[in-house]
Amino acid sequence: MSEIVEIENLTREFDGLVAVDHINLSIKEGEIFGFLGPNGAGKTTTTKVLCTLLNPTSGWAKVCGYDVVRDRNSVRECMGIVFQDSCSDKFLTGRENLDFHARMYHMDRKTREERITEVLDLLELKGKENIKISDCSGGIQRRFEVARGFMNHPKVLFLDEPTLGLDIQTRRNLWEYIRMLNQKEGTTIVLTTHYIEEAERLCHRVAVIDHGKIAVVDSPNKLKKAVGVNLISLQVASGISDGLLDLLNGLDWIKEVTMYNSSLELSIEGGEERVPQLVDFTDECGMVIASIDLHEPSLEDAFLHYTGRAIREEEGSVKKLRKVRRARRRS
Amino acid sequence: MPALRATKLIDPLPIYTMWLRQIKRFLRVKARLASSILMPFLFLAFLGLPLSFMPAREIPGMPAGMSFLDFLAPGIVGMTLLFAATMSGASVIWDKEFGFLKEVLVAPVNRFSIILGRSLGGMTTAIIQALIIIGIAVAMGVKLTGVSGFFLSIVFMILTCATFTGFGLILATRLGDTEGFMSIMNLIVMPIFFLSGAFFPLQTMPAGIRYIMYLDPLTYGVDGLRGTLVGGAAFPLWLDFVVLFVLSIILAGLGAYFFSKMEAD
Repeated sequence: MSEIVEIENLTREFDGLVAVDHINLSIKEGEIFGFLGPNGAGKTTTTKVLCTLLNPTSGWAKVCGYDVVRDRNSVRECMGIVFQDSCSDKFLTGRENLDFHARMYHMDRKTREERITEVLDLLELKGKENIKISDCSGGIQRRFEVARGFMNHPKVLFLDEPTLGLDIQTRRNLWEYIRMLNQKEGTTIVLTTHYIEEAERLCHRVAVIDHGKIAVVDSPNKLKKAVGVNLISLQVASGISDGLLDLLNGLDWIKEVTMYNSSLELSIEGGEERVPQLVDFTDECGMVIASIDLHEPSLEDAFLHYTGRAIREEEGSVKKLRKVRRARRRS
Repeated sequence: MPALRATKLIDPLPIYTMWLRQIKRFLRVKARLASSILMPFLFLAFLGLPLSFMPAREIPGMPAGMSFLDFLAPGIVGMTLLFAATMSGASVIWDKEFGFLKEVLVAPVNRFSIILGRSLGGMTTAIIQALIIIGIAVAMGVKLTGVSGFFLSIVFMILTCATFTGFGLILATRLGDTEGFMSIMNLIVMPIFFLSGAFFPLQTMPAGIRYIMYLDPLTYGVDGLRGTLVGGAAFPLWLDFVVLFVLSIILAGLGAYFFSKMEAD
């Protein structure tokens, strides 16, 4: 597969503040690629550089083989973007917004009509196109935005936090449409998100980004596997000593020991049978366990693993419970 | 290596599209239209009408026999143009951050065409507002000089609009979206209005103030409108025309230039 986005040593500074720090990356044609990171990680800045709205301070990037600085008009021809915040004209209808957008891409009337019918079909917006945008629900507005980004049949569609502020049903619903654009139309999708679930369920490959640097790029599954086959969170009532760490590191089925505040995160080989083994072992050493918990690594664990900190989660889901659980463990 | 694609400086379809969008927005938001007409109407009804019952000769510099309402009407038309055009130019900053303009900026279209279309749209809506005000003034009893004067006044409206759209654009692109942008704008626009001779003839002002008024672009706009619509201009019309023509080219050109420079930075 050929590479549709290439980034080399890309750096962008704002008055001395480094928003994007020497990132290297290539995105293949046909992928759904995600930048996963907390707010302020440099995702939006990277996207803006890629869609020709910001110039890099140093390094370069190419989209569809065109340099984003020197050949920005060719880049603009071949890509589409949906911004974080809506930029539809609220006083106009969905159809008018799509029509105006198409005119900016020099489509004649016939092509415009065809394309509008096509994207309305694709995103199932038929019957909503003559309603003023301000009268549409948040989810429909978002779908019109995606439809608009797709009007010029881009090879790459950039989505900056596409589901920000949407409820979970609407979000999952939108994922379906994004997936379909990718599968049916073969459009490469490059999105940014701080929702773990979005990266995990939607993206083929994910770049974990934090403080303007890319920590790792891989598929969600491989990222999770890299954390360890399974994870044990362990809290020791008698306190964590260097001696304990040495002892744990000495066990051959423990691949990695990481300490977060007062709890230990163990990457282990094997499964549930390790829990009693661990209990026995710590007993022998004279340690008292306060809590023990075995779980499969999530992408969130992967994020923690690669960046050393938890991504801020805002959804009320199982993940939130886990976060609360972890927070409790830490305190 | 693919050939470098350049965009056309004057691109008809995007220009037309940006123009059409401004017009559609204008027609669709009735409340905004009403509020933009309200202030000029109040000035005419509660300042112009009552004062027009006063004997005209008490105001120096006003042609004998002219009622104050006749004198004021072109000033209020000028005010409408000033506010509408400056706002049209200045609103680029919000449109760029939160609006339609943002997505247009990633379209393969020359910046100049985008701003040209948008400004032409703003100018059109400003002139429509001004024509409504003229209609209201006539209904209140303002006597226009004639048809040719009326058509000539449209030339002055266009020039005034171009000047202040450019001015608004320069403000927006230079100041950016700072906290006090609106206050800064009022700080500049209100003096421009009051120093334009919209309310009283230039001759009534002390010499010091008069010189400042000569520096105000709107002075020439109001004077040109007055000369063409009701008569009694302070300067010869050709002078008003030349000053405004030069100013509009400089300011609109500069505004468009600054906007075009707002490429990626």
